[in-house]
Amino acid sequence: MPAIPLAKAPQPAHTNPEQIRNFCIIAHIDHGKSTLADRMLGITGVVEARNMREQYLDRMDIERERGITIKSQAVRLPWRSGIDGKDYILNMIDTPGHVDFTYEVSRSLAACEGAILLVDCAQGIEAQTLANLYLAMENDLTIIPVLNKIDLPAAQPEKFAIELSKLVGCQPSDCLRVSGKTGDGVTELLDQIVAQIPAPKGSPDAPARALIFDSVYDTYRGVVTYVRVFDGKLSPREQIQMISTGVKHELLDIGVISPEPVSSSGLGVGEVGYLITGVKDVRQSRVGDTVTSYQNPAKEALSGYKDPKPMVFSGLYPIDGDDYPMLRDALDKLQLNDAALVYEPETSAALGFGFRCGFLGLLHMEIVRERLEREFNLSLISTAPNVVYRVYLDDGKEKIVTNPSEYPNGKVEKVFEPIIKATILSPSEFIGTIMDLCQSRRGVLGGMDYLSEDRVEIRYTLPLAEIVFDFFDQLKSRTKGYASLDYEPIGEAEGDLVKVDILLQGDTVDAFSSIVHREKAYPYGVMMTGKLRELIPRQQFEVPIQAAIGAKIIARENIRAIRKDVLAKCYGGDITRKRKLLEKQKEGKKRMKMVGRVEVPQEAFIAALSTNTDGEGGKGKK
Amino acid sequence: MAKERSNGSANLSFYIHVPYCVKRCGYCDFNTYTPGELNSSNLIQITNTYIDSALGEIEQAAKKLGNSQVETIFFGGGTPSLLPAEEVGRVITRISNLFDLDPNAEITLEANPDTVTKPFLDSIRKLGVNRISMGMQSAVPHVLKALDRTHNPENVVTSCELAKGAGFEHLSVDLIYGVPGESIDDWKTSFESAMELPINHISAYALIVEAGTKLAAQIKRGELTMPPEDETAEKYLLFDAAATSKGFDWYELSNWAKPGAESLHNKAYWNGNSWWGVGPGAHSFVNGRRWWNVKHPVKYQELIQQNKSPEQDSEVLTMENIKDEFVMLRIRTRDGIQLDKLSDKQLEVANQFKNSGHIESSTWSDSRLVLTATGRLIADRIVRELLV
Repeated sequence: MPAIPLAKAPQPAHTNPEQIRNFCIIAHIDHGKSTLADRMLGITGVVEARNMREQYLDRMDIERERGITIKSQAVRLPWRSGIDGKDYILNMIDTPGHVDFTYEVSRSLAACEGAILLVDCAQGIEAQTLANLYLAMENDLTIIPVLNKIDLPAAQPEKFAIELSKLVGCQPSDCLRVSGKTGDGVTELLDQIVAQIPAPKGSPDAPARALIFDSVYDTYRGVVTYVRVFDGKLSPREQIQMISTGVKHELLDIGVISPEPVSSSGLGVGEVGYLITGVKDVRQSRVGDTVTSYQNPAKEALSGYKDPKPMVFSGLYPIDGDDYPMLRDALDKLQLNDAALVYEPETSAALGFGFRCGFLGLLHMEIVRERLEREFNLSLISTAPNVVYRVYLDDGKEKIVTNPSEYPNGKVEKVFEPIIKATILSPSEFIGTIMDLCQSRRGVLGGMDYLSEDRVEIRYTLPLAEIVFDFFDQLKSRTKGYASLDYEPIGEAEGDLVKVDILLQGDTVDAFSSIVHREKAYPYGVMMTGKLRELIPRQQFEVPIQAAIGAKIIARENIRAIRKDVLAKCYGGDITRKRKLLEKQKEGKKRMKMVGRVEVPQEAFIAALSTNTDGEGGKGKK
Repeated sequence: MAKERSNGSANLSFYIHVPYCVKRCGYCDFNTYTPGELNSSNLIQITNTYIDSALGEIEQAAKKLGNSQVETIFFGGGTPSLLPAEEVGRVITRISNLFDLDPNAEITLEANPDTVTKPFLDSIRKLGVNRISMGMQSAVPHVLKALDRTHNPENVVTSCELAKGAGFEHLSVDLIYGVPGESIDDWKTSFESAMELPINHISAYALIVEAGTKLAAQIKRGELTMPPEDETAEKYLLFDAAATSKGFDWYELSNWAKPGAESLHNKAYWNGNSWWGVGPGAHSFVNGRRWWNVKHPVKYQELIQQNKSPEQDSEVLTMENIKDEFVMLRIRTRDGIQLDKLSDKQLEVANQFKNSGHIESSTWSDSRLVLTATGRLIADRIVRELLV
């Protein structure tokens, strides 16, 4: 048996780097990464079959439900090679699988010497996997191409072996074929990890340097920091220091995950494990930062540290104004575990008290919102997502705008908006419709390559603002769900942008202000006024709805005054019912927002701000 | 006949619910049952047993309020005209025996123009009924069909003449408008023919689609389509103008009467007087407490036979409830609301509605809030703005 009992395996802090292999798995959502990882835990014997719970490594409910991994972990797997019969330690570093977490992925990759490129051989490679593959190649990782799900009837291993070999630069026959589900080929894969991936190198006598590749808040233990040691050694109870923040911590616990945490006598060169320092906020233990010894600090940090930078902003408001303190507490708690989440209080005339929140991207935004609603039981309205604008005023001053309603009226000399590079992988039959979509979103074609006969990689440069609103939904619906998207920020560009305000009875509704390209201002105004006309109930007076750029009205709709709102009969048996309805309305009043004299139900706000009803006349909806 | 009466709590109105119909109309969600639903084909026997129970409840009422003066009795339903005349008589006699029944009391009976006969009308007139409310609904066959009504429009004319002949001084018809398929002209046809009848009172109701009715299902399935609300509003205004020109003045937003012909029983509800509803599902209101009976006739009869109260549940109105109901009910009436009953904030809201033409300016200077015709059409909205 190639599995080694844990007690007899090489022990943490006493493992020769030559015996260590650090690897991660690059895969798309639902290509079977978690199942394969689970299978590895089983085959290496670190999880007994009876304790096996499906997708052992994905801890959060949302991850489990969506089948994606948000927070990575690292598991120490002892393995006796079937090739040379020697004992090894394989550290499997799990990586987040989504576009918004590119930076976290890059840090996980930086902790490894090799990567398994895992592709569902019924589907082929997806855009995010490709992006992460490129990232791994840039990091000089050894890539082991693996085709998963060979047990499926729809499997096409030959076809996708060709695709993978082209991407990785190997022979189709070099692609391993496995089934995480049945376990086929997994033992061979473990042996190949040992054979192909280089052992970590580092200086055991140099001052300690360990890369933080993940940092997770745990209610009981505080922040759990996951590290990969590059040089030197970290020992229990020593004082450590984070190089970028300069913060000093006491090392309360150090150990490895196998797959439950086990304290160790330290971590040496090439080893992967966890640290606990008692801090309560992941900001004090940031992904990408370097941990060193306080007594004997390293002079230089490991390269590649970046502060997480929010790219997408949205206002979050409690539907019931009384929930505002609960929302604040919930955001405080989430932030403990999410170094990328930023927020500050904001007041909207239309929506009341809330927070302007900054996210890494759309998925990050969705996840935060969902966690707030699910874990903290909050009902929220979120404003349409927007990006950050850098505005130069006529007087030469610069203003950063994260909320469209704060966009200066007039006096704007020029404005810059974030630009992204998008990579779209799709069956080639959808090239036309994808190009139409990108073109309509101010995209500039960067290039196109065929991955195989019928699959194509299309590259576009687009303003981020154009993809934060329903781009992904559109892409999916236009390509019957086959296209995949990855994007990365590449800087900013000047844009011909204007702010469109929406007015109800002459009053601007701040929550509906939007910054759009000048050419799209009119369609946006028409769409929004039309949508509101449908959503806002008739009042006892006429309500004009206008879209305006500054003082100029560009679109107008009218909600006619209501003419009839009365129950015809009111006799003995009707009175109680009618009064109770009135009492209900008194309660319901809380859920009404007043814009001037106009009563707007929460539902209208939610529907008007929802990204599900798109700005293209509703066509192409799912 | 509308003589002024003392306002004491000793005054009482009786509502007698008759929970039977030969068939249920498509739009109706009242607490009524067909013989089939009660597993019986013998309506005479059903009603006889039922009236025994109703008398039982009247006796229960007498034990609590026996010294009250009864001002009005209203037989509603269901189809009260299905009752044999002597059953009507038994009820009136029992009330008269146990209470101080005003000799001028208004005693109304709802009649279905299809089933009403001359002998019946003659008899109940002699037994003390002095007001008939005829369920006319419409004079247009396709509208009646949409309402799932059985009668032939001509029966209405005949029945009203019979009632007149029987000596009823007060005769009212009910109309329903805003019915699927009903045009403005259809509606005019209906109300114009109503106004030619020998009547002195009209109730006109905009159709409400109640959940669970056959009509609701037909609309859901797309077999029938409700006319636009704005058109229904138009119909209200047309009717109000026509009624006024014919001498029927509005006194509540769905009720119009010739001078002195207002229904006292209706007014008792809106003025917050005490009333006792007899029968399954009937509501009562006495001295700030409101209660309602169990809904099913069989359960109702069981309780009465066991000498128990048929009350299912009740509520005691709080000061806030009383204030809310006052505004909610009074605003529907021609008498309106004394401005000194309103707070400063409510006056401010009311003033806006006066400026928008929903509240009469002429009565405002007289310190009364009275709705205009357009105001009556949005009465619920105005109440909400005043109270919420």
